[in-house]
Amino acid sequence: MRASVVTRPLDLGALVREVADARSGATALFVGTVRSTNDGREVRAIEYTAYEAMAEREMSTVLVEAEQRNTGVVLVAEHRIGLLEVGDASIAIAAAHEHRGPALDALRYAIDEIKTRAPIWKREMYADGSESWVDPARSEAT
Amino acid sequence: MLITVRFFASYADNLGLRDTELALADGASVSDLLSSVARLPGASALPRNPLVAVNQVYAAPETRLRPGDEVALIPPVAGG
Repeated sequence: MRASVVTRPLDLGALVREVADARSGATALFVGTVRSTNDGREVRAIEYTAYEAMAEREMSTVLVEAEQRNTGVVLVAEHRIGLLEVGDASIAIAAAHEHRGPALDALRYAIDEIKTRAPIWKREMYADGSESWVDPARSEAT
Repeated sequence: MLITVRFFASYADNLGLRDTELALADGASVSDLLSSVARLPGASALPRNPLVAVNQVYAAPETRLRPGDEVALIPPVAGG
C-alpha cells in the first residue's frame, strides 16, 4: 500500500506495474481527470491544493481499510496537486488481486472514501476568467 | 498555551491568513479554539462549526488540546 500527494504528472503505467505481479490475475485502474464542464460552466483549468501531510495520511488510512475489506488486494494511490488543465489526471488508484472482484471492490471503496475524506481542494478557473472553490455539497455532481 | 492553527483553500482566502498562533487557556477544547478563530478578521465568512483536524486527524469539538498541537480548519473537501 502506498498513497502520495505529488506535483508531477501521474504515470499510470508505473502505478499498474507497482501493484501487479505474477500472482495477480486482475489489475484495476481508476483515473480521475479534469473535465471541461462543471455545473454547466466551461472549465479552463483547476488548481488543486492540499493539506499534504494529512492528505497522505488519510489516503493511506483509506487504502488500509480497502485492503482489510478485500483480503489479498494490493493498492497504490497518487493525487496530483498544482495547476491542472482539462484532460490532466488528478488522481489515479491501482488495485491488484488474484481475481477481479476484490480488485474492483477495493478500487471503488478507495476512490469514494478518498473523495470525501482527504483534505484536498480545487479552485476551478472558468473560460470567462472567473474562479471559484468547489464545494461538492453545493454541486450537482462531482 | 499556544496552539498553531492552519487554514486552507476558501478559509485561507476569507481570513487572508494561512496560519496563526492562538493563546488559549490550558485544557481548552477544539470548540474553545473555534470561538477564538471566530474573532479573527474575516471569520464571519466561515461556517460556525467547520471540520477540524488535530495533529492531522479529524477531531470532535470536545477534543481537548495540548500545547504544541497543530490544528487545521478543513473546508469542504473536493479531491479526486
